[in-house]
Formats: sequence, C-alpha cells, structure tokens
Amino acid sequence: MRKSGMAIPLWLLIPALLPVLVFSVAPLFQGIWLGFTDYELGARETRFIGFENFRYMLEDRQFWRSFRVGGVWTVAVTTGEVVLGLMLAMLLNARLPGQTLARVLVLAPWAIPPVIKGLMWRLIYHPDAGALNGALISLGMIDRPIQWLTSFTWALPAVIVVGIWSSLPTTTVVLLAGLQAIPGEVREAAAIDGAGAWGQFRHVTLPLMWPVIMSITALQAMWNFNSFGLVFVLTEGGPAGSTRLPMLFAYEEAFQFGNLAYASALGTVMTLVIGLVLVAYMRTQFRAAQGGTA
Amino acid sequence: MNRTPPLARFAMTIALWTFVFFLAFPLVWLVLTSFKPSAEIMQRGAQLLPDTWTLENYRQALFGERILQTAFNTFRVAVASSLLTLAIATPAAYVLARRPGGVNKPVVGWILISQTFPMILIIVPLFMILSRLGLGNTHLGLVLVYTVWSLPFVLWMLRGYVRNVPVEIEHSAAIDGANHFQIITRVLIPLILPGLVATGLYGFINAWNEFFFALVLVKSPELQTIQVNLARFRGVEGLARWGPLAAGSVLATIPTLILFGFLQKGLVSGLLSGGVKQ
Repeated sequence: MRKSGMAIPLWLLIPALLPVLVFSVAPLFQGIWLGFTDYELGARETRFIGFENFRYMLEDRQFWRSFRVGGVWTVAVTTGEVVLGLMLAMLLNARLPGQTLARVLVLAPWAIPPVIKGLMWRLIYHPDAGALNGALISLGMIDRPIQWLTSFTWALPAVIVVGIWSSLPTTTVVLLAGLQAIPGEVREAAAIDGAGAWGQFRHVTLPLMWPVIMSITALQAMWNFNSFGLVFVLTEGGPAGSTRLPMLFAYEEAFQFGNLAYASALGTVMTLVIGLVLVAYMRTQFRAAQGGTA
Repeated sequence: MNRTPPLARFAMTIALWTFVFFLAFPLVWLVLTSFKPSAEIMQRGAQLLPDTWTLENYRQALFGERILQTAFNTFRVAVASSLLTLAIATPAAYVLARRPGGVNKPVVGWILISQTFPMILIIVPLFMILSRLGLGNTHLGLVLVYTVWSLPFVLWMLRGYVRNVPVEIEHSAAIDGANHFQIITRVLIPLILPGLVATGLYGFINAWNEFFFALVLVKSPELQTIQVNLARFRGVEGLARWGPLAAGSVLATIPTLILFGFLQKGLVSGLLSGGVKQ
C-alpha cells in the first residue's frame, strides 16, 4: 500500500509552475532590473545606469506628490472601510428587521467591475445632472452645483468616498464571518457579569476580532495603495494631479511619456514602501497585542 | 435573550438601512439613468424616476457602440482563462493539499507576495515577453496573463476543497490500481465539483472585470474587452453619450451580478476553509 503524502509526485505542479515562472516571476525580476536601466519606448539599446532613476525620483516633485496622494488615499480609504465595515458587520449580526435582504443588498458593489463603479459615481457626482448636487440643492444645503471631481478642494475627498464604498462589502463580509465565529455564550457571560453594550464591544468583541481586523486592514491597505482602474475612470488623476495615485503616475510615465525604465523604478519603490509599512504595522500590532494580554 | 432597548434597536435599524442606501443607491441610479431619454439625463435638478421610460439607450449601446462585440471578446477570454486556470490548478492543489510541508511554504509565500507588488512592475516585461512569443495584442496572450493572475487565489481555494476530501478515498482508489491521473480525474474532481464550479466562476468574474492588462496589452479595437470599451467611450464621446454608456454599463454588470449571487456563500467559505490548517 502507498503511504500518504510521499507518494504524490511533484511533477503535477509543473503545469501551474511553468506559466507562473514565465508570466509572473520572470517579468517581476525583469521589471526590477529595468528600473536600473535607461530603457525607453522604442529605444534601440538599453544601458545599465545604476541608481540614476531613483536619484532622479528624489528630485521629482511629481513623484513626491503622487506618493503623498497615495498615502492619504490609502490611510483614509482603509481606515474608513474597516471602521465602517465593523459597524456594518455588527448591525448585520444584530438580528434587525430585514437582515437577510440587507445582507444581499450590502454586497451590491462587490459584484460591479471597477470601471463601471467609476462610471456610476461620475453620474452621481455630475455637476448638472448628478444625483448628489440634485439632492443637496433641493434640500437647500447648497445653491450652486459643486464640481465634485474637478475642483481642487473636493476631488480627493470625493474619490476617497468612492474608494470606501467600493471596498466596504469585502471588508464587511470578512468581518461578519469573524463576528459569527465568536460563540454567543462568551458575550452572554460578559453581559451576566454586568458589561454594557460598550463594555462587551471593548472587552469581548474587539479583542477576539483583533486578528481578523489586523489582517483585513493589511490586505486592503496593500490593494488600495496599488489601486488603478477606479480613479483612472473617475478623474484620470486630475485636476492637476490632485488625485494622481502612484499607479496612475507610473502608468502615465510608462505609456504617455514612454519612460518605461522610470515607471519600473516607481513600481519597485511602491513595492518597497508597501513592504516596509506592512512590516512596521505588523510589528506594532504584534507588540500591542502582546502588551494588551499581559 | 435580547436585552437591547427598543429605542436603540430602532436607531440601529435606521443606521443599517442608511448603509444599505449608501451601498446600493449608485447601482439604482445607474439602472434608472439607463432608461431615461438623453434630454432628461442632462436636465438640472435630477429626478430619480424617468418621466418617459425608453429603451433607446439599450438599442444604441447594443448596435452602435460595439458592446456586443467587446462583450463577446471578453466572454471568450474569460471562459478560456478560467478553464485553463482550473486545469492547471487542480493537480497543483492536489499536491499542495496532500504533501504536507516542503513545497507548501514557497508556494504560499508566492501567493502572498503576488498580492503585494503593483502591476506596473510586471506590465512592461510582460508586454515584451508576450511580443517575443508572438502573443502580443492577442486574446491568447490575455488568456495566459489572466490565468496566472487568478492562479494564486484559485490554488488557495482548491487546496482547501481538496483537504476536505477524506484521504482514505484516494488510498482505496490507489489500492484498486488507479494512478495519480486517474485519482484526480475519476475520484477527486467529482468530489470537489461544487468547489471547482465556484472557483471557475471566480476566475471568470476576475477576467470579465479586469481593466489594466486589457488596456495595456490589447491595442486593436476589434480585440478590445468590454471594460476598456466602456472606459474609452466615456473619454472620447464626452457628456452627451451618458444614456448609452449607462445602458452598456448595466449590460456589462449583469453577468457578474448574477454569478456573484450564486457565489457569495461558496466564496466566503472557500476562502476560510483554504486557511484552516489540519
């Protein structure tokens, strides 16, 4: 008789491994390498130029600007969706009237392609025909239409709201699954001990949910920082770069100006930033978790 | 057992339905817009319901804006890539689920790393590799890219499904003389079929919704995908075309909306079961 485990041959991995190596691992390394060259669209030859692209980046105000926009966007969207997602998950778990229907409706944005999410919100934000200005004017809250997506003041907040809207369902579903895994007896025991609603949340729900909250925050922050399609359709990074996320900046550099090497270097820096922030985040969270239980 | 005071429950219900309104309203607005005549869409002081309901936008979207052609392109690419993903991921998931340790670590590591790097980093080399293979600006190239791109999550889910199959079944098949290929095709696949369907649909949706690769890798208009078509015809046509654009967007959302309806339970449980260690 065959023994379990050892008998299964590794070559069964090859059909999956080969395309991953050719279309994912190889381009990744080549992309990192390109960042150290002067490769441009249509260039005859490519030279290795060391850290030249990265040195240029430090003096490039567009770069700093787009990474600052990316930072604001990532922190605002991630915080918003996790805080609101936790609230929504708890509401969906509270046996309120219409709970089943609400659970289905809440998932609506999940199913929608990013491009169409962007188009939908352009319709909502449209200065003349949009639902938002229409509602605000008829409520008497504003008397002139606001140019949501083309004003320096409003474009970034408006885009952030769409970002939160767009990823709220995923976050909520994950957090709801986490909530449902908490045995009811735990909370009942706390209630019997005299804990109020806030006390139960603070001392029972939150600590038990912490690992789930931590992982979904990290994942979403990563995805948000690398986000492209939604904002591309909403504003294309405008007005004057005020919503130009790092991915949009890199895309412009690569495919509008042909600076393929510089765009690749930007990609490398994006990866580094994400990596460093994640490591730092994991560390502080890990310490906080240990300090909390001690 | 419920100790929440009625007033608090009332406030919570209001809060819940405010969330629902926020999340669902843009879709409602899009659908209603798609039935409005152009003049009404651009009216100031927008109304929720159309005064006159019209199908004109759908007619224009279907016959004037290449929605059908680009939808068919996307459908072809999405079906091919999700089938290909399943075909290569199933044997791999079998190995990963049944060979503890060893290969698992690097593979899981890769699954996680693949989530962190931005697509801009691989898009230029990918473009070069595809051109060298003669697959630049082709549907086959896009199929391969989508396959690799869906693979991490598909592998993760399938590994979870395979683990839920009692290993004894495979042992008895092996005793009866089945080889690995037969164990996968005759024993494993029938047992994890619901999981395969769910994961396949996930791959389909992934490809159907994808924008960035399709935007960069496919240049010929006749090969364009539906997402690029919709994003483009906003850019060129400007404001006057909102009616057909809304109609096209509704049409492009219907497949994913329906599939997600079937999927949501399976996706969440698959996601969680993939993570459970045995």
